[in-house]
Formats: sequence, C-alpha cells, structure tokens
Amino acid sequence: MASRKKRAAKISEDSEEEQSRRQRLQAILLADSFATKLLPLTLERPNVLLPLVNIPMIDYTLAWLESAGIEEVFVFCSMQVIDYLNNSDWYSHKDFTVKTIESPQNSTSAGDALRYIYEQQIETSQIQGDFVLVNGCIVSNMPLTQLIQEHRDRKKKDEKAIMTMVIRQSLITDHQLFIAVNPLTKQLLYYDEDNICFDKSLLDRNPSVLLCSDMQDCYIDICSLEVLSLFVDNFDYQHMRCDFVEGVLADDIIGYKIFTHEISSCYASRIENFRSYDMVSKDIIQRRTFPYVPDMKFSGNRTLKLERQGIYKASDATQLPSAHVGASYVIGHATNIGSGTKILNSVIGNGCSIGSNVVIQGSYIWNNVTVEDGCEIRNAIVCDEVKVCAGAIVKPGVVLSFKVVVGRDFVVPAYSQVSLLRQPMEEDSDEENLLSGVDLQMESKLGLDGAGYIWRQACEDEWKHSVPPIPKDKLAEIIKAIDDDDTDDESVVTTSGDANTSINNDLFDFEREVDGTFLRAVEENIVADLAVLEINSLRLSYNMESAHCAGAIFYSMMKLAVSTPHSSINDLYRNASSIITRWKGLLGFYVKKSDEQIEVISRLEEMCEESAHELGTLFAHILRYMYEEENDLLQEVAILRWSDEKAGADESDKVYLKQCEPFITWLKETSDDEDG
Amino acid sequence: MDFQVVILAGGFSSYLVPLVAKEVPKALLPVANRPVLSYVLDLLESSNLKDLIVVVEGEDAALKVGGWISSACVDRLHVEVAAVAENVGTAGALRAIAHHLTAKDILIVSGDIVSDIPPGAVAATHRRHDAAVTVMLCAQPVSGPSESGGSGGKDKTKKPACDDIIGLDSLKQFLLYIAKGTEIKKDTRVKKSILCAAGKMEIRSDLMDSHIYAFKRAVLQEVLDQKPAFRSLKQDVLPYLVRTQLRSDVFSDQSNVEENGNGNGKNNMQNNEVVLSQILSNASMPSFHQVYESGLGTRKTHKCCVYIADESKYFVRLNSIQAFMDVNRDVIGESNHLSGYSFSAHHNIVHPSAELGSKTTVGPHCMLGEGSQVGDKCSVKRSVIGRHCRIGSNVKIVNSVVMDHATIGDGCSIQGSVICSNAQLQERVTLRDCQVEAGYVVCAGSEHKGETFARK
Repeated sequence: MASRKKRAAKISEDSEEEQSRRQRLQAILLADSFATKLLPLTLERPNVLLPLVNIPMIDYTLAWLESAGIEEVFVFCSMQVIDYLNNSDWYSHKDFTVKTIESPQNSTSAGDALRYIYEQQIETSQIQGDFVLVNGCIVSNMPLTQLIQEHRDRKKKDEKAIMTMVIRQSLITDHQLFIAVNPLTKQLLYYDEDNICFDKSLLDRNPSVLLCSDMQDCYIDICSLEVLSLFVDNFDYQHMRCDFVEGVLADDIIGYKIFTHEISSCYASRIENFRSYDMVSKDIIQRRTFPYVPDMKFSGNRTLKLERQGIYKASDATQLPSAHVGASYVIGHATNIGSGTKILNSVIGNGCSIGSNVVIQGSYIWNNVTVEDGCEIRNAIVCDEVKVCAGAIVKPGVVLSFKVVVGRDFVVPAYSQVSLLRQPMEEDSDEENLLSGVDLQMESKLGLDGAGYIWRQACEDEWKHSVPPIPKDKLAEIIKAIDDDDTDDESVVTTSGDANTSINNDLFDFEREVDGTFLRAVEENIVADLAVLEINSLRLSYNMESAHCAGAIFYSMMKLAVSTPHSSINDLYRNASSIITRWKGLLGFYVKKSDEQIEVISRLEEMCEESAHELGTLFAHILRYMYEEENDLLQEVAILRWSDEKAGADESDKVYLKQCEPFITWLKETSDDEDG
Repeated sequence: MDFQVVILAGGFSSYLVPLVAKEVPKALLPVANRPVLSYVLDLLESSNLKDLIVVVEGEDAALKVGGWISSACVDRLHVEVAAVAENVGTAGALRAIAHHLTAKDILIVSGDIVSDIPPGAVAATHRRHDAAVTVMLCAQPVSGPSESGGSGGKDKTKKPACDDIIGLDSLKQFLLYIAKGTEIKKDTRVKKSILCAAGKMEIRSDLMDSHIYAFKRAVLQEVLDQKPAFRSLKQDVLPYLVRTQLRSDVFSDQSNVEENGNGNGKNNMQNNEVVLSQILSNASMPSFHQVYESGLGTRKTHKCCVYIADESKYFVRLNSIQAFMDVNRDVIGESNHLSGYSFSAHHNIVHPSAELGSKTTVGPHCMLGEGSQVGDKCSVKRSVIGRHCRIGSNVKIVNSVVMDHATIGDGCSIQGSVICSNAQLQERVTLRDCQVEAGYVVCAGSEHKGETFARK
C-alpha cells in the first residue's frame, strides 16, 4: 500500500494527493442476497457460505476484492457469516481489512441494507468516498483500481455520474435483460428485465443508442456516496436494479447518470440461482476464473491436484481402480469412491463416501455425503451430510438440502426440492383450508427410512433456474413466447392508410381525464376560469382540438346530470339545465365556433342513444335550453348546419332530428324573417 | 448486372407549389439550370445502370418528362417512361408497373435526389448478402439549412421533422428496425425476437433513409400482392419486411411453384445462384438470420440490409422549397462537382453568350445562363440565373434562383427568393424570402417578405 501511495503522490497535485491518500479503496459486500432463489438451502445456511467447488462462495469474493486492490471491505451479513469469518484468517491479512456489519432483523432487501449502512455512516463516516458495491456472491477476477479511477475522473468532470455498472457479454441465452447504452459515452440509458419499450425522447437526446439483449449484469457497481443518500431519500427503493437503477433512469429532474463498463477479458459472474451455480462451477473447473481455481491457494482452502482432463483430486482421496471417472470433475479430501462407479462432470466434496456401481453425472455433492451402492444421481445438488440409500434414483434438477435421507430404491422426482425443514408458508395467504391439504402433500416421505419434505414448487418454470440444461422443447417454447409477444404487437401496427386507432386511444384517455377534472371541479366548486386552465393544460398535453374538449366536457356534464339522483324526467331536465348554467363559462370557452357546437350536438345525440329512455326524451329540450336560456351556447347557424347534415342520414339516425323538428322549423322561419 | 432501375419521379408535388406547375413537374425543376432528374440519371449512369423505368404520376407530367428525356439522353440510356394515376403512393405506382419488372433485383430510386453516392454500391451490397431488401442510409444533415439566410419563408421551411429511427446490428450490415420519428408517439417498441436473435441493436436517429432501395423482385411483388392496403414503400412495405425478417412469409410455397412454373430449365440455374449467393454471404461468420433459422428448422428468414453512405458524400432530396434553395446553393457552391460544369477562376459560371452591363459584378458561387442580359450596376451573389433572363439596372440578387425567361425591372432587390420562369418583376420591387409563380407579374415598387405569389 505504501508504494501505491507514493506513486499517487507523484502523479497528483498537492490537494488531490491529500484526497487520494485519505480515500482508501473501499467496498461494501452485501453478503445477503435477499433472494429466495436458493431456497431451501438458504434456510439453514446463508448463501455466501454455500460451497462452490468445495470452497465457500464468500472466500472467492473476498479473495477477488483483495487482489483487485481493495483495501477495506464492509461485509453486511448475518451472525452465521460473522462466525465463519471469525474462524477464518480473513482478519489477519495485511493491507486488507474486513469489517462486518451485522444485518438487523428487519432488513429484507438491498435497499434496507444500504439505508442501515448509511445510518451508521452518519455516526462513523467510515466510507470516505467512492466505493465498490458488490451485491451478493460474486466470482470474479477483474481488476478494480483502474475502473475506480475512471469512475473518479468521470465524477470529477460530471457531478451527476454517480455510478458505474459492470456488465459483460453473456453466454447464456435463456435470461432476459434489455439494456441500452450510449455507445460513445457508455452511459446507461435503459434497463429492463422483460420489456423493450422506451421513451422516444431518449432518441432525441442521443443520436445513437446501443440496445443489447446479450449482456449480463455482474452486480458489481462503483458507486459514489450519493447512491447511499439516494436510497435514504427514496425509502421505498428495495432492489438495487428494479428500483434504484430504473428510478435513476426515469428521473430526469435531478439528472443522475449511470455509466457502464463492459469487461471482456476477465471474468465476473453472480450466483443467483441453481442454474448460475452450475454455470459458475463449470467455469471454475474450466479455469476461466483463474487464479481462483481449486489447485491454487487463495484463501483458507486446501489445494487439490490438477490431473489430466480437468480432474482435480485431493491427495488423500481414495478411489478404487475400477471406478470410472470422466472429464472435468473435482474430488475432495478424504473421500472414498467404490468400485464400478461412474462419475462425470461432477464435484464431490470432502469426506464423502460413494459406494459401488453408482452413477453421478453433472451433480454437486457437498461434504460428508454418503451415497450407497447402486444409486443414480443426475444434475442434482446434494448438500452436506445427506444420505442416499442404496438403489435410490435422484432425477435431474433435484436439490437435496442438508441432512436429508433418501430411502431405499426411492425415486426423487425431477426438479423437486427436499429439505428437513417444512416449507415456510406465505403469511399473507388467507386460504387456510387449502393449507391443510398442502400440509398433507408435504408429509410425503422419501421412501421407507427417508427423512425430509418435498417442497411445493412456487413457480412453474423451475427448469429455468435449475442445474440441468434446459430441454430443447422448453427452449423452443421460450422463443415462441417471444415471438407471440411480438405478434400481439403486430396487430397494433397500422399501415399508413389508417392511423386512427392510436388517435382513438388518445381520445379515450383524454376524455377520461377531462371527466375526472370536471368532477373534481364540481366537487371542489372551482371557478369556471380555473377549470378552463386545467382543461387547457390537458388539451395541450394530448394535443387535442377544442372541439374534442367541448365534446368531452359536455359529455361529462350530461353524465353528471344523469347520475345525480332524480325521480322524474322533469327532475332530470332541471338537473341538466342547472349544470349547464353553472358551467356555461367552461363549456362556452370551447364552443365558440360552429364546428365545436355541432360536436356538442352530436355528443348529445350519442348520449341520448345510449340512455334512450331517459335523456332521449329531453333531446329537444336541452338543445332549446342551450340555445335560448344560455345565450348562444349553441348558435342557430350550428343547429341548422347540424340538421342539414343529418337530413341525408338513415331513417334510424333521424330520431332526434324529428324530435326537434318544430324547433328547427321555427329557427328557420325566424332566420328567414331576419333575412327578409 | 441483372438489375432493373425504377425511378419514382413523382408528379406535381404539393410541397413545392408554386415552383411546380402544370408546365413543370417536380422531376423537371431546374437545379443549376438542369432538371433535377438529370442528376439522378447521371448518377445511375456513373454506376453503369442504364436500364431505367421512370415512373411519373399523371399523364400530363409523364408527357413532359418523357419529352425531356427523349431530347436529353435517349442515346446514352435505355429509358422507359410509365405514367401512373396520381395519389397511388409509391407502392401503388410499383403495383401499376409490375408487368414491366422482369429482372431478379430491382433498384428503386427517388427521382428528386441530388447526390454523389454511387447507387452501384447499394446494388453490390444487396447481392453480396443475398438480401430481400437493401436500404441506403446517409447521415442526416447536421447544420441547419438556413445558415446563409437563404430561407424561403419560415413557415414553409419548418416542415415536420421526419427523423428516421433506424436499428442496425452490431456490424452495421442489417436493418433490424425502422420507424418514422413522427409516427412514434411516445414509446418505442422493438421486436424482442429480432433483438434477441441479433444480440445487439444500435438505434440511430442521426441517419436518414435516402429513398434508394434494392429489392428482390419476387419479394417485392409478393408483398405488393399480399398486402393491397400498402401504399407507401417507405412507410408500409419496408417496415413490414423488416418486422417479419425472422419469419418470412414472402417466400411462400405458392411463389416457389410460380417460379418453377415459369421454366423448367430455370430451376437448375436458380439453384446454382442460391449456392453462389450462399458462398458469398457465408464468407464470414454466419449471420444471425442463419443461426436463428438453424435453431428452429421450420422458420424462414430473409435479410434486410443497409448500405451506409460515407459522411462526406452529398445527399439532398428536393422535397421542399427550402431543399430547392439549398440544392441550388450547394451545387454551384460547396458541392460543385455535382453540377458537371467547369467553374471559372472566380468560382462562377457565366455563359459566354450572357451580357453584363458596366459596373455589374457577379460574385463567386453564381451561375448565369445562356443568353441572359444583366443591366448596369447590378450585383449578383450566390444565385442561379437561368437562360434568356432580362435583368435591368441597379438590381441586387442574393441567395436566389431566377429561372429561365424571367424579367426583372430596374432597381429590384431580391433576397432568398425563387422567381419562376417567365415571371416578371416590375421596377423597384423588393422581395425577401418569396416565391413567384411562373408567369406572374409583381407590380412596381412593392415590397414583400415571406410571401408566395400565385394565381388563384
């Protein structure tokens, strides 16, 4: 560290030198992923302590942080992890300080954790500046110092650049993440996990936007202190991505920016479900994560010996010569393997005893597991001290939690999760009766002398998150689903000939808003002029013409009249006329031209048709009222034009025209008189 | 090359009133005293594309255009002029002339382009990828058009921003998304399947569709037949092809049967062609189309490609009065290699037969047509003056276009205006940002700004 300080001192100015000396490279490791994807294992052991190729995951993360140049790491974790760290040698490292923050009982999300850290921060101010936020268990070998420096430089130039997110090209095709970045500045513009639907203004601001579906989020962020305070300001932020990132992107008032950094030559991956557990394990065996591989000593681990074909073997593991082992597998210390056993692409922990004629393929057997003769285990995770009795078959996708016993000749169904603990019930489920039935189902024992409960599956698509490779038909299903998604859109796509649908939609929304505004105005008894202002702003935002406004307002007025309690037709007429009188200032503002007035008349007509028996009889009266009593809300020009237009219509359309025929003839006569 | 070229020359565009009139269809509007269509023909000839069909809207316009073509270039090019009804749209126009189309690939060029981007490059890209459609894109002009003040009235120049929104793959070879900026209300939706297949998509709003397309004939005709509602190539046909590129139904069995029915001997040849194009397009990595297709055996795909022109190339479509002014200014100014004239040492062209009065100056970036007369003490700057114009004394013409046979009286001052042929300005008229229709007479001594003169 001393040498680094010297180097920094040479490069930087005096004031900056001071600053950079004070700013140690710090990291926050949220060692509690707050996710339920690894249940039932995480009920008994926090996920960072689960073994990944026989080494607890947290050791990978800490070893990486140390070698990446981090000087101080704050581990936010539960008591169990603190105990583990106390027993390990992580506290005794030179130049690398590990500090633990015990997570309080009530923290259920990354948001809570960061808020808690912020509270502590106020008292101790232990985090001095930009820090690396590591979210969950991450296996990586990427260097960080350079990236932190980049982030600092950017921050210096642009106050608003508060975070740099690490992403990498993904090799898996079955996850979905859509992000958009500016290809020049690498600023993150869009982040969504299932949809692509972004605002057009994005394109106005950025002439070129790179939209990616093949990127993977590494959950490694370089953050400035603002990130913590943002979490405090927005106390409803829970998830780092769903809430925080999307919140920052959506908020263009403060204008905080997030940038991305794509890594290509180094490795970084997060374990979030059984599937990624499988992926990362394979990457470790294939040495992509070098130097964090089983034959290197990077934490308290005992090294294994690397043999040909990617076989890692402990020196004291015994294996009968007749046992057949295939490529890329790991075998731990003090493990015995019987004769005639086939093992392929698997990891076997310490102190296991595997019987004879066992088939283990693509599976993860943890420590002290007993597998008796003649068992078959494919693509499964078998935790510590599990016993699989003779002849049992464990189907693909199964997870056997700690100390489960699978009975003789029992077949564990595919994708089932087995634990000694009962499945915790969702507290908010109010279907008490159903629960008892489920209880019975859960009692299902694992064969004669077995012990454990088969958990009810929470979701249908467990195949997405489990160890075995995704079956072909499911893959096709995914692609089809995406396609279907698009086909739905297709129906909306219009040709240039008829672009009316979208306008209609807008019109509908607009009318709903106008209705809401009007009702509020009635309720709060607002002056008509103010209501005009509100409607005007709506009109501008929806880009509507004043005829639309007039129609919408009139519609709302009549709706109010009809919905006001009334006992007779006369009552209804009185209601309607009083509402018209009360709000003529508002309506009058929009019906200055005869086009707009005709719109109002036709709206009235429409409404009459809808509620034929009530309002229908009043059509002529209301028309007349608006003409006579309320000085020219409707002018005779408009009424006459309307009647002319209607004259050519079908007979069925002329009901209301006929109703007001005397009125119109009268109008015509008077206008003729005036002309004469 | 087995390419047939269709030039969509339009008719009497309403955007260009009063410049276009019954006598002058859009294709014959003069740019530096040459019809705009001649620029397109030269461009195509430079790429050795000589088999052309010029499609004109309306019989009258077709006669006019045909007359000009037969007088100008019948010896060099093989040009057919086809008239279609007005207001059928670009897709409708192609439907109407479908029986003329016989070649394997069709190059469709808008007739109002002034550019130096070789259309041959588009054709080559099209062939190389064996694409269903190839679109030429070019950079959107960055600077505001009215930099030199030569604007033709503010309200006219403010045409709706028709930014194209274009999605490309990471190698900038394929077109994954296209939409017109004005059509998108708020949200931009991209098809997931295409994005997932391609992995990355770069969405650009700084590129512009240049209205030069290469289509596979079979695909184009199939789409035109299947979708009778499609009116516009750009707004309907192209987006449709782009949308459906991963589940193409334009190559339905029906069309295959049809193809095969045309000639038995053709079948064999076609197979050879397919193999050849596959070799060509597979030279590098397989495209995402092929990967996708091999993933799901039943789906067929077609490719939509792009050719992105170099930024240094010149490209303008003459589709507004502002564009007309710009093109005229540029062709005799910065991009004078387009005009085909040789410029004098003063960077201007004064025809030898033109007569200049005493103390009259013709500045750089000007053009004075054959037989025009200019009186004494005149000043002409950055303007194009047509043939046989008569210009009085003490006239100032700046940033303007004066077409053939116009008469301008003494003491006039003209800025940023267009005077159409045979128009007459009497003495001491002051015009700024005006357009004067052909044959119109502007009264003496009047002063106008931003007006359009046309007979009702």
